[in-house]
Amino acid sequence: MNRDTEQIEIDLLLEAIFKRYGYDFRNYARASIERRTRRFLSKSGCRTIPEMIDRLLNDEVFFGGLVRDFSITVTELFRDPRVYASLRRQVVPMLKTHPFIKIWHAGCATGEEAYSLAILLKEEGLYDRATIFVTDFNDGALQKARQGIYSTDKIKEGTRNYQAAGGKNSFSDYYQARYDAVALDGALRKNMTFANYNLVTDGVFGEMHLILCRNVLIYFDRELQNRVFGLFGDSLVRGGFLCLGSKESPTFSTAADQFETVDKTAKIYRKRS
Amino acid sequence: MTPPLKNPFRAVVIGVSAGGLKALTTLLPLLPKAYPLPVLVVQHRLAESDDYLTKSLDRICAARVKEAEEKEAARAGHVYLAPANYHLLVERNETLSLSIDERENFSRPSIDVLFESAAYAWSARLIGIVLTGANADGARGLALIKKRGGLTLVQDPATAEHDAMPRAAMKACLVDHVLKLPEIGAFLNQIGISGINNAIE
Repeated sequence: MNRDTEQIEIDLLLEAIFKRYGYDFRNYARASIERRTRRFLSKSGCRTIPEMIDRLLNDEVFFGGLVRDFSITVTELFRDPRVYASLRRQVVPMLKTHPFIKIWHAGCATGEEAYSLAILLKEEGLYDRATIFVTDFNDGALQKARQGIYSTDKIKEGTRNYQAAGGKNSFSDYYQARYDAVALDGALRKNMTFANYNLVTDGVFGEMHLILCRNVLIYFDRELQNRVFGLFGDSLVRGGFLCLGSKESPTFSTAADQFETVDKTAKIYRKRS
Repeated sequence: MTPPLKNPFRAVVIGVSAGGLKALTTLLPLLPKAYPLPVLVVQHRLAESDDYLTKSLDRICAARVKEAEEKEAARAGHVYLAPANYHLLVERNETLSLSIDERENFSRPSIDVLFESAAYAWSARLIGIVLTGANADGARGLALIKKRGGLTLVQDPATAEHDAMPRAAMKACLVDHVLKLPEIGAFLNQIGISGINNAIE
């Protein structure tokens, strides 16, 4: 295989990051990582990748900037409304049969989708029996998730999505405007636990009834996807649900036979009992 | 320089925006069923679009037209459209990746994102084509294709429904050929049959 110099440099960069900081991007989908590396390089003030590696090894703040850039924080309140409509229709009735439910939002980014699900649980009378783990490897994003303060543009988009998702109330019931931003109702946070968690390197921490991990796995290579589907399988109770991004599925993973399809379009799967 | 090969190309990437439905329905049916190169297309469209465009193109084309799925191999005889609201990228092992990264040039999917990843994956073995559109997406990507030795084509702006995108691409690099849609179709067919030498004659 013909690997140009840049390829070797990016290999070294990922290796250096892993050895120095424990963040493992080596099994991320490569084209995307290369793109992010070039972008970070161009705004880093470094002239070359080796120069950037040198600085990363010695400057934790600089590395913090790279983590922010390498993690994808594009998300919305009630992103893909039909997914929430489907959760309401197909997953909520099953969750209602349990006295306590554990839910894990893996790769929550800035938290919009975790709050969206919390609203849905409130409306379905399920919130009080739920423990919701909200995790990401990017501390900066996690901090934003913990605060639950979003721009008015995000709220406008969220309002449209909420209605399309079959929301039962008015979306404005769930937030308060503050100057040029909007704070989501703190009560939505009551049963949420925010934690730094890395899908690449961390392990099982509980038995979940529902795991949501949307548009994270598309950034992983096949090998890493296999690991994470295995991790999700091990982290779900029998019959527990897995909700993925609209282009993701366990079908071609080594864990495929652990899951059955609940809703092919909304990408909701279930661990076989 | 590598000596000229009979069939040096591995793939075709096409970027198209406003006016794209008409342009694609003109161009893509000109490709035969067993077209020997994979064709990857970014057509700008609304985030909430369904797969209507893909299905209607598939009906009128001899080649198979489908939405790109993550990790699938780019295969000859197939036209892959970037799904609405996802960027489409090419890996160096010729498989496809999707991403929800920030919009580029206000677009997701973005032509530059596809073209740049394809330029790194295929270098001189790539044909990049910019068609009608009312913005400048694709210009930077086409320039990189050119820089890495690929072949660059632009729809003749005088014949494009919107000429801004072809013009922006022509400004960004010295493109190899400026052609009308039927000529692009004939060109791709020639390249498909016998490689670059005959197509240029």
